[in-house]
Amino acid sequence: MSSAATMSVSTRDTERYEEKDFGFWLYLMSDAVIFACLFATYLVMVGNAAGGPVPKDVFSLNRAAAETALLLLSSTTFGIAAVSLWAGDRSKVLLWLAITFLLGAGFIALEFSEFSGMIAKGAGPDRSGFLSAFFTLVGTHGLHVSVGLVWILVMIGQVFAKGLTAPVASRLMRLGLFWHFLDIIWVVIFSVVYLPGLL
Amino acid sequence: MDIFGRLTIESLPFYSAIAASGAAVTVLGALSVAAVITYFGAWRLVVFQWLSSVDHKKIGIMYIMLALVMLVRGFVDAAMMRSQQAIALNSDGYLPPGHFDQIFSSHGTIMIFFMAMPFLSGLINLIMPQQIGSRDVAFPFMNAVSLWLSTAGAALVLISLVIGKFSTAGWTGYPPYSGLEFTPGVGVDYWIWAVLISGFGSTMTGINFLVTIIKCRAPGMTMFRMPLFTWTVFITSVLIIFAFPALTVACAMLALDRTLGMHFFTNGMGGNMMNYINLFWLWGHPEVYILILPAFGVFSEVVAVFSQKRLFGYISLVLATMAIGLLSFTVWLHHFFTMGSSARVNSFFGTMTTIIAVPTGVKVFDWLLTMYRGRIVFKPPLLFTIGFLVTFVIGGLSGVLLALPPIDYLMHNTTFLIAHFHNMIIPGVLFGYLAGYMFWFPKAFGFKLNEKWGTRAFWCWIVGFYVAFMPLYVLGLLGMPRRMEHYEIAAWQPHLIVAAFGAFIILLGMICLGVQLWVSIRDRKEALDLTGDPWNGRSLEWATSSPAAPYNFAVLPKVECRDAWWDMKQRGVAYQRPEKYEDIVMPKNTFAGAVIGAAGFAFGFAMIWWIWWLALLSLAVIGAAIIVRASNDDDEFVMPASEVKAIEDARFAQLAKAPKNAMEGEPGFAGQPAPEPAA
Repeated sequence: MSSAATMSVSTRDTERYEEKDFGFWLYLMSDAVIFACLFATYLVMVGNAAGGPVPKDVFSLNRAAAETALLLLSSTTFGIAAVSLWAGDRSKVLLWLAITFLLGAGFIALEFSEFSGMIAKGAGPDRSGFLSAFFTLVGTHGLHVSVGLVWILVMIGQVFAKGLTAPVASRLMRLGLFWHFLDIIWVVIFSVVYLPGLL
Repeated sequence: MDIFGRLTIESLPFYSAIAASGAAVTVLGALSVAAVITYFGAWRLVVFQWLSSVDHKKIGIMYIMLALVMLVRGFVDAAMMRSQQAIALNSDGYLPPGHFDQIFSSHGTIMIFFMAMPFLSGLINLIMPQQIGSRDVAFPFMNAVSLWLSTAGAALVLISLVIGKFSTAGWTGYPPYSGLEFTPGVGVDYWIWAVLISGFGSTMTGINFLVTIIKCRAPGMTMFRMPLFTWTVFITSVLIIFAFPALTVACAMLALDRTLGMHFFTNGMGGNMMNYINLFWLWGHPEVYILILPAFGVFSEVVAVFSQKRLFGYISLVLATMAIGLLSFTVWLHHFFTMGSSARVNSFFGTMTTIIAVPTGVKVFDWLLTMYRGRIVFKPPLLFTIGFLVTFVIGGLSGVLLALPPIDYLMHNTTFLIAHFHNMIIPGVLFGYLAGYMFWFPKAFGFKLNEKWGTRAFWCWIVGFYVAFMPLYVLGLLGMPRRMEHYEIAAWQPHLIVAAFGAFIILLGMICLGVQLWVSIRDRKEALDLTGDPWNGRSLEWATSSPAAPYNFAVLPKVECRDAWWDMKQRGVAYQRPEKYEDIVMPKNTFAGAVIGAAGFAFGFAMIWWIWWLALLSLAVIGAAIIVRASNDDDEFVMPASEVKAIEDARFAQLAKAPKNAMEGEPGFAGQPAPEPAA
């Protein structure tokens, strides 16, 4: 391949990453509409307890606060991983991705115990319209976080196997967008679901 | 629980002769496709050149093939309904109620999700990248995934004829009827999962097209130099990205109600069924503009090319498209004025609905003024356009009537509504797609479709449309509700017999379309398109060869104004051989898209029949396919300059043999010279 062709191929690569980033932003906006519909549904149905438990009976401020702390902290640690990526420090990227994974896994574990405790108390998603809306909204967020955890594992594998190559770095940046996006959704869940339910 | 979930031998359709023959036709259809491929010894070609393809042109062609198959299936449903209603005065006709209900449900579902959506995705895939001077869409692999997810959804609808039954809840699936309490069984689940899985495909398609238009335009192709078809695709993509999530949420919640016993839309336990209807139409109204805007784009291209004149009011057409896109999110409540919202809410949505007629009216005048003083050549695509202009205005007027809440209270759920939206969708959407199909067919295959049979198809469709649907306006005014399996009012029957006769004329139109395709393939040598520009076109898709090379453009075109190709022909820089060719980077073919589609089908089937192990397995396959694909940095190859040169040399040799202009000798030909190809 001639050198001119090589050059045009590599500018093309940069353009490709820009296209992928923009496409990913559009996906996030589309996903935001999904959450908007779920939030609207929750607000419509929060009063429909059908004689069953109301928000005050099933939410715990301590657990919601702990979940929030874990997830916000994981956003910070992902930020450090991104800074290490720019610095080109592969082992630090691996370390901070692993810490982010553990924090996210802790969040999922807390949410799992919250859900299973509620179901054991007879406050499962089939109890009332309110609980259906609650489990679906918070569960959809949890499902996203779980997908994010798998993605972190895949990226740890890629950084380990391929190093900080341009395609790997580009994927890490999109994983970052996804992770911070989920953080923002959680902040809204905390303010729309847990706080008004407990105050 | 049994390893086959709730799937048993009783799910096979041996309970009724009509259901069994439907199943037989479906199975025989699939077998005959396999037989034809075997007869031509084309399995290798089909598998390695098509199933694994990520080429936007091949994906486009496969989308349109899917759409045409589903058009036939949806039309059979329509013909069955019209013949049932023609004879069902004080009698059960030949269809029992449960079967009739499945037919109207599958007719709507198929026509919207599996005919119109694939047809528009196909036309856009085929043409839009070429119109903006791009070599492919932004994400070729994701494009293949979208295609195969749409196909998986369509396959679920088709297989419901063979295994189990389809939904009886209409194409909108309103709860509480569509809930588990009133409709147990798998029908509604077939509908939900077919719609959900193809919906994911559509969302990805929307993202793909939007990124392509924003990021992949040729040098000089500014936004306001884009052809109008591309503009409509741009707005349609925005609508897809922001509207489809509402459908996903509505269907997913209905699935949760039905599968896990939740209470989103149930009659008691805190369910709220109107929430479903709000969410559904929050998608549903933008959806009708998602369908019709690209058709408006086709009409804009066709009317300019066959009037041999610049499109009138380009800027106003773009602004009208944007206005429609914005307003489409503000009218959804007009689908259920009778819900009983306050007069204030109803008047807001009624007013917005009336306003949306204004930009549409602007467009109609722009198209008329494009034809005014043009040198019009009456080819089939233009015939469909003129048929659209006349007929669509009638549908628009009935829509403005329905936009007034007091009138809607009288007309709600009558056949007046059926007449109205078919009056928008058949001349608006379907005529647009058929016009695009006949207009761009030579670009896809290198030969033109037979014009005589195209004209016959047009006349059958337009006459059949009027005869089939004008009586429904009258019936609506006589108070006939939609979806009647039988009735006792004798005054309705004459109109229904006329409507059935109209359906018969449309059947002739369908046959003409089939004959047209057959005759055109048989006589293709007489209608070859050697220049790549069979209609003396105006936009860049006519700059490529027909069919276009895998990379579309050997050298990316430089655009200097609107109607870029017309301008190049005028300046005498069209068909110029570049000094030298460069290597071109191309995406590699992959089976990952087809694998994800197949696993998507298996997942849907498993969720419908509660076969949980299969659901988990297919999800795992999808996840693994995505991870493997996302870890592969070697998904492109370089086509060397020598190979590009060989392809282009063959093209210039063909150009030298071609007649100067395919439109020469047509009555009224404007005499725009296509310059001699440089030898």
